[in-house]
Amino acid sequence: MTAPFTIVYPGTGADATPATPKRVPAHGGPVNPSAAAIERRFPGGVTHTAVSRGETAVTVRAALVHDVIQWLHDDAGESYEYLSDVTAVEHRELARPIEVVWHLRSLRFRRFIRVKVELPKGTALSVPSVWDIYKAADWLERECYDMFGIEFVGHPDLRRILLWEQYREGFPLRKDFPLRGRLSRSEQLRNALAANPEARYSMEELSIADAFEELPADMRRRLASGEKTGE
Amino acid sequence: MTTGTTRTVEVELSTTGLSPDGKPQRVPLVVGGDMATAVAAPPALEPDLEGEHMLINIGPQHPATHGVLRLVLELDGETVVRCIPHVGYLHCGFEKIGEYRQYNQIIPWTDREDYLNSIGNNVAFALGAERLFAIDITERCTVLRVIAMELSRIASHLVWMGTTCIDIGAFTPFLWGFQERENIYNLLEGWVGARLTTSATRVGGMAADIPDKWLEGLQGFIRTFPKTIDECERMLTRNAIWVGRTVGLGVMSPDEAINYGLSGPLLRASGVAYDVRKDFPYLDYETYDFDVPVGTNGDVYDRFLVRVEEMRQSVRILEQAVKRLPDGPVNVDDPRLVLPPKHKATSEMESMIHHFKNVMEGPRPPIGECYVAVESPKGEKGYYMVSDGSSKPARWRIRPPSFVNLSAIPKMVEGHLLSDVIAINASIDIVMGEIDR
Repeated sequence: MTAPFTIVYPGTGADATPATPKRVPAHGGPVNPSAAAIERRFPGGVTHTAVSRGETAVTVRAALVHDVIQWLHDDAGESYEYLSDVTAVEHRELARPIEVVWHLRSLRFRRFIRVKVELPKGTALSVPSVWDIYKAADWLERECYDMFGIEFVGHPDLRRILLWEQYREGFPLRKDFPLRGRLSRSEQLRNALAANPEARYSMEELSIADAFEELPADMRRRLASGEKTGE
Repeated sequence: MTTGTTRTVEVELSTTGLSPDGKPQRVPLVVGGDMATAVAAPPALEPDLEGEHMLINIGPQHPATHGVLRLVLELDGETVVRCIPHVGYLHCGFEKIGEYRQYNQIIPWTDREDYLNSIGNNVAFALGAERLFAIDITERCTVLRVIAMELSRIASHLVWMGTTCIDIGAFTPFLWGFQERENIYNLLEGWVGARLTTSATRVGGMAADIPDKWLEGLQGFIRTFPKTIDECERMLTRNAIWVGRTVGLGVMSPDEAINYGLSGPLLRASGVAYDVRKDFPYLDYETYDFDVPVGTNGDVYDRFLVRVEEMRQSVRILEQAVKRLPDGPVNVDDPRLVLPPKHKATSEMESMIHHFKNVMEGPRPPIGECYVAVESPKGEKGYYMVSDGSSKPARWRIRPPSFVNLSAIPKMVEGHLLSDVIAINASIDIVMGEIDR
């Protein structure tokens, strides 16, 4: 018997009643108090804080981001228990660093904060994974890796998610990736026709069940020979 | 899997059985309890296959996966030991395309991500873009958008209920639901001219005001629709098969549900009363009187109850919206954003230039970024937009609720039967257009 759960009521720690934001200025406005709290807790860890459209964005040093998010999640006064989104931004000015963005919500205090890390061009694109804090980060980080090539160190299963695993053309949401893809239409068509849709089981999936031995001989042969699929 | 782990729901069997001496008798039926007490001789079990595991592939082309989802399941007998979902078969790079489109040109793309909720996506995107432009919309537009969002929420939940019924083996509620959905699409067709791909909003307003007599059609729908919900509920809520196939499946505790980032009816069925309309309101939702239904067990059955109740609450919101709909302009009075009327654009030089510049160059928002989330039928749908001051976003990110909800499916199906995987998958209410984008 699964006992009925205790119902979680968001906003129980909040003092303001929520209301639709009106006349939100493009820049400036009240700063989320958590931004100052991060600075107090991690002196020198915050490179800058900006308020855009009423939302506070805190840019922190890449080495500290896991600690900052862990603290935001754990601390009773912050209580950011909900991870809305993980994504990245590459700007049109190619010299600007790539930004990795975490959108966090505190259900208890009805707060929203954006945590950012800047990764300068030419350095390794890697940030710590927050999968150990939020399980929601699992697919979000995989998508971010898939689209931008950002490595999330500590993610248990960082592989492509929307594109197929053998995709070799690069990372589509990077600005140097052309809108129509790197290959011509005829090349894409040729690749699609040459792909072998039957051999879609990856070795990893087959080994989990030791089912490899039970496969038809031809499929076994193809997989054992390391034949790539989808290319 | 439900043996002894579930609530007992009182069910009455409508057909009678016959006793050995030919007299009619009621057949006792226990749902979710110990079946051995109800059935004299339990069926002989298959001999244990000594832990041999089988690998089974569902999809990508399978009607019960609600789109091109592929699940690779490792089975011990009929029990799922491990589940590996594969997505991406519909990926077409919406976010990349958005970087090459003006804000108003992106709106047709939002139709095609969560295509059961297209007008809701239009509204959500327009809200995000308006925040980016730092403008406020008119009173009338706000109320019209609330009507649009709630109608599309009902339509989406009806599709969910119908398809889930079919997955589990009931066909009638599907037809009843689709009949009502047809009424909603007729209303939308009368309003914006399209049924599914509505593209109804523009930055700063709507593509069209509602036509004359449209509200009467909506009021007719509000009057008749609750009856359909009652009928569907009579078919399902206390139906022995429905209850037996849904209770105790895919349970997520509140802490797990929050940690896995679930949102929408899934999160609320797990006992977390988080609704973006209440907690981070938009479109003046805080001024409407409606309740947020919350489940207690976090299983498939609770998700069903939550969605049904949400439809009733949406009707309540629609009633209030119809009452308060003010007169006045729909579009903001801002020539940078809004096109001149068509008859002027074709007859006056100034309006034609205005039209030309707005269409060809597009409005330019100030530099900055914003993340605007709304409560879509699937959960928290967010649009994150970064502007570099040009007429096209430097980054347009969709936060797809189905994507994050689906990522918890290995956790939900672990330890359940293969046939329950279908019910659990249906309860997540995925739309692959939104997951793959």
